[in-house]
Amino acid sequence: MANAALSTPGVPMQSRGLEKKQTWLERLRKGDEVVHLITLAGAWSIIVITGLLVQHLWVYSAIARHTFGWRFLFTSTWDPVNGLFGAWPFVYGTIVTSILALVIAIPIGLGTAIFLAELAPRKVSDALTFLVELLAAVPSVIYGLVGIFLLIPILTTAMPYFQKVFGWLPIFSGTFYGVSYFSAAVILAIMVVPFIVSISREVLLAVPVSQREAMMALGATKWDVTWRAVVPYARQGIMGSIFLALARALGETMAVTMVIGNVAQVSTSLLAPGYTIAAVIANEFTEATGDLYLHALIELGLVLFAVTMIINALARLLMLTMKGHEVTG
Amino acid sequence: MKTLMKPFDLSQLSKAHEVRFAGSEGMEEQLPWPQFTVADLNFFYGRQQALKNINLIVPNKRVTAFIGPSGCGKTTLLRTFNRMNETVPGTRVEGSIRLGEKDLFSIPATTLRRVVGMVFQKPTPFPKSIFENVAYGLHLEHRLRRSEIADKVERSLRRAALWDEVKDKLNQSANGISGGQQQRLCIARALAVDPEVLLLDEPCSALDPISTAKIEDLLFELKKFCTIIIVTHNMLQAARVADYVGFFLSGELIELNRSKQIFQNPEKQETQDYITGRFG
Repeated sequence: MANAALSTPGVPMQSRGLEKKQTWLERLRKGDEVVHLITLAGAWSIIVITGLLVQHLWVYSAIARHTFGWRFLFTSTWDPVNGLFGAWPFVYGTIVTSILALVIAIPIGLGTAIFLAELAPRKVSDALTFLVELLAAVPSVIYGLVGIFLLIPILTTAMPYFQKVFGWLPIFSGTFYGVSYFSAAVILAIMVVPFIVSISREVLLAVPVSQREAMMALGATKWDVTWRAVVPYARQGIMGSIFLALARALGETMAVTMVIGNVAQVSTSLLAPGYTIAAVIANEFTEATGDLYLHALIELGLVLFAVTMIINALARLLMLTMKGHEVTG
Repeated sequence: MKTLMKPFDLSQLSKAHEVRFAGSEGMEEQLPWPQFTVADLNFFYGRQQALKNINLIVPNKRVTAFIGPSGCGKTTLLRTFNRMNETVPGTRVEGSIRLGEKDLFSIPATTLRRVVGMVFQKPTPFPKSIFENVAYGLHLEHRLRRSEIADKVERSLRRAALWDEVKDKLNQSANGISGGQQQRLCIARALAVDPEVLLLDEPCSALDPISTAKIEDLLFELKKFCTIIIVTHNMLQAARVADYVGFFLSGELIELNRSKQIFQNPEKQETQDYITGRFG
């Protein structure tokens, strides 16, 4: 309306309403204020929900926090019968499985994304991307079943040969019973690869043609263009996909608990059974007798929250230093 | 390679139209060698023909400008000289181009593009330091020693008239300098691998007048060791920088002649109409 009035020639200034200041109600009627309020409410709700979450975890873990203090984090005994609770085996299991999962998933995911974005014909790429995104939608309990009935038998068959070569390493020592950190990490890797592929492919495709052409015009081969122009340009988005994958791996419950063995112990060997924070909360919450037990489990939730925060912060820090290095190097 | 080449008669510049030079001025000029010889070139994007039967010679160590309205095929021809068009699916090229004495299409594209450098319409710095940007092309080829790379980077930046402005911030991100500086950085990057030819695709269209003037000044220096082909929409620019000007219309080369001739006394009516702004 205002624009139409402005463009009408010959209408005197006074009648166009330019000199009048809009009231709040008028702005509300025009819609700007409404959109502003709705989006502001959305943004605030995230902060409120996070706050409530932390507050509840804090309040309902009070007994455990007061009983054990910081010892809770660093002791390894988990003995509900005698009321002794230490979180270290679970923290250790969560971090080890998640990091190992990323170590496996990043090369596979990034390789797949580069293939889909740069090398595959468009039709093949679209079809495969659809499949990959379908993988991301498979419920995690299905991955757990795949782990039990497919992955563990395969690993059990292959492990003696693998151990003949690498068995001297402490991380691959000991007897392999199937359920282990390693199995959990492999299942987690399979679960997070679709996240890395799907997002990385998008950001690779979004790299401007001008960057590719500039590289090509210098006499670069296809691989040079991909590895030295496209991937560095998309670096930030790729990192984002890895963060998302990490978050998923840290919090994954069902698939992990089905293949990790659920033993509250700390082992150097990746082939030994273990436990993760999310898995122990899910498994023991319904049978937690007594306030101390319940509060210890909720404190584990708090710890998981903190671990997720810290690892994400570290990853971001790593990225920042990498970026600084790129520019100065 | 060059010793085999013969200087050509200027009247052969645009064989398709048998351009002749009025007067005897042309004879006083030292005759150049052909850098590119294009014969019966046709180019297709799918079904659409973008270049129709192009015949021309691009003289060595001179500035040649291609002008014409949008969609006339001048950029397509430019991108044929370093085979960049081949990267677009569905394109087809017919006819022959010689680079000096060699068949252009027999040279591997990656080798060709090191001999025939290119600078694009918009500055395209890589998200790296200024130094790394210039050194990028050097890293691709052979393992040079660190000091050699540093020398070549400095020499290229000097040739691109950028050295004095960036010598104290070589390690800073190339995204932090101005658009005009970025474009000269892209020229330095192309120069670093010692190309014989530099293709410029509307290099100043995204730049302010001062940056444009700097780049134009630069071209006078660069043509001492490079053949330069520049595509431009700015006719004043073509008149300022070019030794030769080709006018294109709807995929055809209407006229190719010495710059003065084109702007003062063109042979074709279409050229006359275009440069006087009657259409286009």
